[in-house]
Amino acid sequence: MSSIGTGYDLSASQFSPDGRVFQVEYAQKAVENSGTAIGIRGKDGVVFGVEKLITSKLYEKGDNKRILNVDRHVGAAFAGLNADARHLVERARDEASSYRHSYGDPIPLRHLTERVAGYVHAHTLYSSVRPFGVSMILGSMEQDGPQMYLIDPSGVSWGYHGCAVGKAKQNAKTEIEKLKIKEIKGWFLGVAARPSRQPHIKVI
Amino acid sequence: MATPSMFGLNPGAFWSGGPAPGQYYNFPGSQATTGQNAVQRTLSPVVTGTSVLGIQFEGGVIIAADMLGSYGSLARFRDCPRLLKVNDTTVLGAAGDYADFQYLTNVIEQQVIDEECLNDGFGYTPKSLHCWLTRVLYNRRSQFNPLWNTYIVAGLEEEKPFLGYVDKIGMAYEAPSLACGFGAYLALPIIRDAMEKNPTMTQEEAVSLIDRCMKLLYYRDARSLNKYQIAIITKAGVDLRGPIKADTNWEVAHMIK
Repeated sequence: MSSIGTGYDLSASQFSPDGRVFQVEYAQKAVENSGTAIGIRGKDGVVFGVEKLITSKLYEKGDNKRILNVDRHVGAAFAGLNADARHLVERARDEASSYRHSYGDPIPLRHLTERVAGYVHAHTLYSSVRPFGVSMILGSMEQDGPQMYLIDPSGVSWGYHGCAVGKAKQNAKTEIEKLKIKEIKGWFLGVAARPSRQPHIKVI
Repeated sequence: MATPSMFGLNPGAFWSGGPAPGQYYNFPGSQATTGQNAVQRTLSPVVTGTSVLGIQFEGGVIIAADMLGSYGSLARFRDCPRLLKVNDTTVLGAAGDYADFQYLTNVIEQQVIDEECLNDGFGYTPKSLHCWLTRVLYNRRSQFNPLWNTYIVAGLEEEKPFLGYVDKIGMAYEAPSLACGFGAYLALPIIRDAMEKNPTMTQEEAVSLIDRCMKLLYYRDARSLNKYQIAIITKAGVDLRGPIKADTNWEVAHMIK
């Protein structure tokens, strides 16, 4: 980032002359400094794993979780700023709840991702707000199988079979690529996201 | 010339600006109240369910309700579940307006999901659900817009059986046996009698008592149906059974002419 300090990085609503939005890139930097989060989508479930860096012995056990429930069928893992992520998860919960209220059915992850990504994207457009320093992996178990999406601070989202974000994302990606990812069963990987009515995101 | 008003004998002048008989009174300075601003509230329920029965036994609770949705006296819908499993310790049974029950079902479902999302091991208990229901129903009646239901909450709280009642005006109580609708008149005396004779009822005895009462209600309550659900809440969780059909005997029917 050679153009730091050239005055084009003060607002999310301003392009630099070479066509970049620095505020968004800084937000992506914030994600890269965070502990790694990975998600793998198997044939019968989605598995999340996060690296949890405990910076003090004084913290209570199990606090500041990085894998959270969004709805009965949706879970989220994230890398980046904890507080931003919690706000985003809350937004995702509200969207899931609003869909359920309107249509009486659980929200398909494709739609939930679209809504949350739209919200993230809106924060890259105005000078009065700052982008989210968060990459969020959303996973779900639906009627036609498991789904997984990744939303990054720019508001872009992709569907994945396996993804990784955070500090060691390159190493993680290399490892995931070695797996025969389209044949894998969720339970084989350790923790299963099951299509049951129980909250199925287990934190281990 | 002396007129009656000079002596204060004309009540019209003295009373001017006051409320006129048969009309809305507008306080000075307030917005005019006319028939245009009036709001009409539900004055009667539409599709309704009737009795819900609940009894406690040794180590658990049973709750039962038939599956009829009546449209006035017409047996309009015959597949209306009126028991809602809230979680592994709590079941809600509803009588009265079915749409209001469906509305509240959605509210409760979402609250249970919100609670599950927090993943902290807390959730609705029968007591907390019952208490919350009293607030919702009392609040709605205080706005002159009641939810037209009677609810019976059944469940286990700290391994002890719980049965609570709330009606559409927010009147609430707990008891070892409960019934609403016609069941309060036809079934409850029989249930109380049976429980008095056998204070330590087993689950099987309680189930057969419920079955007997549901059959009795089908014979005598014209808004009931021979198709019902029961939920048994014990330490093992919620066992929601049904639809159950009771064998009936109408041999004596020809005697009635």
